[in-house]
Amino acid sequence: MGESALETLREDYAEKYGFHDPESYVFKSRRGLDEQVVNEISWMKGEPDWMREFRLRALDLFERKPMPTWGGDLSGIDFDNIYYYVKASERQEQDWDDVPSYIKDTFDKLGIPEAERKFLAGVGAQYESEMVYHNIKKELEDQGVIFLDTDSGLREHPELFREHFATLIPPADNKFAALNSAAWSGGSFIYVPPGVRVEMPLQAYFRINAKNMGQFERTLIIADEGSYIHYVEGCTAPIYTSDSLHCAVVEVIAKRGSRVRYTTIQNWSNNVYNLVTKRAAAYEGATVEWVDANLGSKLTMKYPAVYMMEPGAHGEILSIVFAGRGQHQDAGAKVVHSAPNTSSKITSKSISMHGGRATYRGLLKVSRGARGSRSSVVCDALLLDERSRSDTYPYIEIDEDEVTIGHEASVSKIGDEQLFYLMSRGLDEEQARSMVVGGFIEPLVRELPMEYAVEMNRLVQLQMAGSIG
Amino acid sequence: MRVFDSRLWLCYNAAARWAMERQRKRYGDVHAMLQVRNLHVSVDGQPILKGVNLVVRQGEIHALMGPNGSGKSTLAKALMGHPGYEVTAGEVTFKGQNLLEMAPDERSRRGLFLAFQYPVAIPGVSLANFLRTAINVRRKAADPDDKGLPIPEFRRFLKAKMDLLQMDHRFAGRYLNDGFSGGEKKRAEALQLAVLEPDIAVLDETDSGLDIDALRVVSEGVNALAGPDLGMLVITHYQRILNYIKPHFVHIMLDGEIVESGGPELALKLEERGYTWLEGKQNGRGSG
Repeated sequence: MGESALETLREDYAEKYGFHDPESYVFKSRRGLDEQVVNEISWMKGEPDWMREFRLRALDLFERKPMPTWGGDLSGIDFDNIYYYVKASERQEQDWDDVPSYIKDTFDKLGIPEAERKFLAGVGAQYESEMVYHNIKKELEDQGVIFLDTDSGLREHPELFREHFATLIPPADNKFAALNSAAWSGGSFIYVPPGVRVEMPLQAYFRINAKNMGQFERTLIIADEGSYIHYVEGCTAPIYTSDSLHCAVVEVIAKRGSRVRYTTIQNWSNNVYNLVTKRAAAYEGATVEWVDANLGSKLTMKYPAVYMMEPGAHGEILSIVFAGRGQHQDAGAKVVHSAPNTSSKITSKSISMHGGRATYRGLLKVSRGARGSRSSVVCDALLLDERSRSDTYPYIEIDEDEVTIGHEASVSKIGDEQLFYLMSRGLDEEQARSMVVGGFIEPLVRELPMEYAVEMNRLVQLQMAGSIG
Repeated sequence: MRVFDSRLWLCYNAAARWAMERQRKRYGDVHAMLQVRNLHVSVDGQPILKGVNLVVRQGEIHALMGPNGSGKSTLAKALMGHPGYEVTAGEVTFKGQNLLEMAPDERSRRGLFLAFQYPVAIPGVSLANFLRTAINVRRKAADPDDKGLPIPEFRRFLKAKMDLLQMDHRFAGRYLNDGFSGGEKKRAEALQLAVLEPDIAVLDETDSGLDIDALRVVSEGVNALAGPDLGMLVITHYQRILNYIKPHFVHIMLDGEIVESGGPELALKLEERGYTWLEGKQNGRGSG
């Protein structure tokens, strides 16, 4: 880590915790994760003992759990060569000269202005966001809504935090959940009081201080009875990071009659392993929707889940992946019907091009007694060339007779006739391909907040332009 | 309903043709937008067109008739540059330029249009969005610094064209050809023709798959677009569309050649006598 990164980090901690001790940063530059590093993280954050112990238990589980042998190829991850904290500060200190040329080329092709390029490449900060955040925070506080980074959530609302934290995704769930539990930092902590509707989407990038979008972010959302919230994380811009592992955990608790929508758009640089566990519990009459768009990364493994715990709960997952050159997107969805008259809908769309690989992996489970439950699963794959690949693994476990289940899957290619048709109207071949792809993902883009929809369309162009060059 | 007097039409038509001939003699063939000479086209190595000759000028409406499999649609696709249609001999010029050297998108941007017999669906792309893109790529090709047609202006333009074709404005919000009925597809093609304002339009079996009402509606749309700036080649299997769209010239294609050309009376003759009287006319020279 560079001297200036240390400086920033120091100031950050000094400001947040009144803590200032240059000597203690000797530990911070060490790579790898062990008991000492975990203790250090916890101490730096001034956490209560229970959290430190939780982290240590999780570390033990992480070390004992074998690497998953399904999904994508994880053999390239070198756990000992990773910095397990201070990521955000480091990211801001990156140098434009270090940004890979393929990303710069892509910016050139799209004609993105210089200032914007730096932000897109992660070498510049977004200005004025602090002010925006400040105003929104005030408005939310008046409604009783808590919207904090997760570290602050633990500090300021210890009881509420502890009551829900890791209840849906315990460290023992999987190796990467254990890793996150041991090393977590940053993410969002949100509580919406009963009956409160947060009308504007809450966006993670409002909080773009050093806490945002860390490597091991941990998000916890609690929607109390009858409330509504839409949370948006990520950014359509390609996130350039020298860190090779993004391992997040997201838990969403939707109490009776509430509705939570969680939208993710991520576009990691092509060296990143993006391994995320997302799970929601929907109680009586509650609705949880995951809208999940994954672009970039070397390998993404992500299967947002909704557990429908009580009658009338509804889960919906809209997933889209874009697998380009050298990329494997192993994504999908899980829905578990544990109560009568619950319903779910999974829509998965994948695009593979230039030898990229997209996998849909889904689980649909209906427990005994979940009578009258309904589910529909639709998986559409679009292959843009012969070298690319698409696979579908839809697992279905039904232990109840009285259910309605629909499953459809399709694989399509951009037909020569489609290209000819569009070209006969004056579009060149690249424009024609972009248009077909844009149409394919339209059902998802339509669900995004407007500014994201605009960016998403541009992002598709970016992906396609980037892959052609 | 307006009753059409075919004799009157013939007189008018003869006069129009005479005027054009005279003009051609005086000024040279300046209006020959599309000139096809001895065109041979193969599909999968199979010769389909065997020496087609045809000239279409602005302001003219040509009907190309012929039985199934005679090569009419092959001509349409080859003119637009479909990669599956291989030109093995002959030449085609468009506004004096070699059309065959151009990619389909360039042909389009230069003013050639094909209304498809079977337009494909592009799910998720609204007709309006598609048309705006098509307009903007043209503008950009003409002027690299063009920023595109402003959306409000485009909306006004599109609405005017839809009104001309008596279309419901909501139609523009639907995904291109996705779940369209046969009639809707053909109307969408007519709208594209109206919006893109080509110099020469080829209408490939625009009447196929339409019931009589839909045929009338689409034909009225096409007629509304006809005018001195647009040359049209209307490809049809049946004579019935010619009850609505009045051609100046009629050509008959048999087995990859135009075997007979004439005025509208030829279509009537064909209706009375079928194609059989033309057999044995192959290897004759069609003239346009």
